[in-house]
Amino acid sequence: MLGYLANRLLLMIPTLAGVAVLIFFMLRVVPGDIVEVKLRGDGGSVTQETIEAERARLGLDQPIHVQFVQWMTGLATLDLGNSMWTDRPVTEEIGVRLELTIQVAIMASIIAIMVAIPLGTISALFRDTWVDYVVRLVTIAGLAVPSFWLGMLIILGLLYYANWLPPITYTPIYVDPVANIAQLIWPAMAVGYRYSAVVARMVRSSIIEVMKEDYIRTARAKGVFEKLVVSRHAMRNAILPAITVIGLEFAFLIGGLVVTEQVFNLNGLGKLFVQAVSRNDFTLIQSIVMLIAVIFILSNLVVDVVYAWIDPRIRYGGR
Amino acid sequence: MAGSVTQPTVNYKIRKRRHPLLEFAAAQPLGAISGVAILVMLFGGVFSELIAPYDPFEIDFGAMLAAPSPEHLMGTDAFGRDIFSRVIYGARTALTIGFFSSLMGCTTGAVVGVASAYFGGRTDMIIQRFIDVILSFPIIVLALVVVAMLGRNQIAGVDVNLIFAIAIPVMPKVARVVRAASLTIREMPYIDAARAAGFTHTRIIFRHMVPNVAAPFLIMFTAYVAQAILLEASLSFLGLGVTEPTPAWGLMLSGNASDFYREAPWMILFPGVAISVAVFAFNLFGDSLRDWLDPKFKV
Repeated sequence: MLGYLANRLLLMIPTLAGVAVLIFFMLRVVPGDIVEVKLRGDGGSVTQETIEAERARLGLDQPIHVQFVQWMTGLATLDLGNSMWTDRPVTEEIGVRLELTIQVAIMASIIAIMVAIPLGTISALFRDTWVDYVVRLVTIAGLAVPSFWLGMLIILGLLYYANWLPPITYTPIYVDPVANIAQLIWPAMAVGYRYSAVVARMVRSSIIEVMKEDYIRTARAKGVFEKLVVSRHAMRNAILPAITVIGLEFAFLIGGLVVTEQVFNLNGLGKLFVQAVSRNDFTLIQSIVMLIAVIFILSNLVVDVVYAWIDPRIRYGGR
Repeated sequence: MAGSVTQPTVNYKIRKRRHPLLEFAAAQPLGAISGVAILVMLFGGVFSELIAPYDPFEIDFGAMLAAPSPEHLMGTDAFGRDIFSRVIYGARTALTIGFFSSLMGCTTGAVVGVASAYFGGRTDMIIQRFIDVILSFPIIVLALVVVAMLGRNQIAGVDVNLIFAIAIPVMPKVARVVRAASLTIREMPYIDAARAAGFTHTRIIFRHMVPNVAAPFLIMFTAYVAQAILLEASLSFLGLGVTEPTPAWGLMLSGNASDFYREAPWMILFPGVAISVAVFAFNLFGDSLRDWLDPKFKV
């Protein structure tokens, strides 16, 4: 297992290097950089010298291969540089926001697990009855409703029925857990709907598959209560594919919260990313993309490890 | 015993050959309903000028933030523009971008996937590693990076770069699925036969392999139209997609709408419903198409 883990972690390096190269060149293919946006953004007149000076200060006047070497060595030494817009270290800019985004992603995962597993199981057990149809309709709608629109509806609902709006300033969970959760539960619900829908669909189809297995027939034949057949024999086995989806969706949320954060006015990673993109802040865009790729690959790894832990038949790393 | 053999009577009805469309509708009623919804949207998008009661760009400060009424079926926005008309014109934007970006992403993805499977070996390895790299971002992040890379470029009123931004993240996902499907096709005798006959690689790929992945292609194409519409709405909402004053559903939820929607909820209600219905219809249609064409296939 340890050997397998080491191997997987090593395999991350070429993929991440690929991401680093790709993102670097993608951003620089087309002319235009942050200096234009920063100094000419308001339509003010700025002399060419000022622009050149700013470019030189940010290192954008260097030949592209020099910039590339800087970026790659910076990555290797975990020095991501400063934001081109605020001049603050990228790690600092990201650190503050990552906490919020990860918390929302975790809360959404908890909501999804709590909703989706029972819902998917019921739908599978009552397959082709009205219960199943309702669940399927609700879940397929969950894939269609944009989470940012759902967020707006939630805000409207809170305003109309409770005359309350989530506060604008962010309270960390270790300062005031109640205020923190009261603020973040709504965005978590807005993205949690889609998340639950995806997981519930997977749970449903894998329970239907598992219920056809021989060991289910065996369990029934030896007189195990149907309840136990479902909870001990079917659900245990059906949970595996659901874990894959949960892992993928969690990783997706780290970047995918982009739009929902905007609606709830949360200063998370997504909002930072959108700002960086609209300002052409190369260092910040590059770093956030790298971070998202790392989280994505790591959560795939975690999923595989959890697999082996839940299902003893799965063995990694040889023989 | 002779002569007493009774012929077993076979009692079967000869089923009339119905039109394939009717067959589909009978087997997949939900698919048929969503198909009709798609046709309605298509109709609205193509004939927007004839259906929309108002000019979607017409600013009327006399009717700012008017609630839904017989005059303005879905109310008006902060500029007094008729929301119903803008929703209809929005169908044109959503379908154009959804259709073309999905088509572009799925086609390039299918060609890459088939080629990767056909050539195998080192070529396959390199292509797959490249796809691994692209797949390690969420779709919206990659789309945002492409937006940052390309900026804006309109040709004939259509944001071409937005189409690229959505098509590029779709490509590797399709390539993966198509490659898996093509691996079995590659082993078919007719491919050997084609090779033995001395056909070029290009000919074998396009004439012998590509037609055989048509079913998964069609299914994914429909499913990704839904994804593309959702993605376009998200990007426009963020102000990085379609720009004002073009009527687009995602855009109608941002800007002024985000300031006024608490007082004028109809501003966000109808465009949001339009996005949801469109995505819902394409998803459902894709699902039904899958069950109909290829029950074993999973996207």
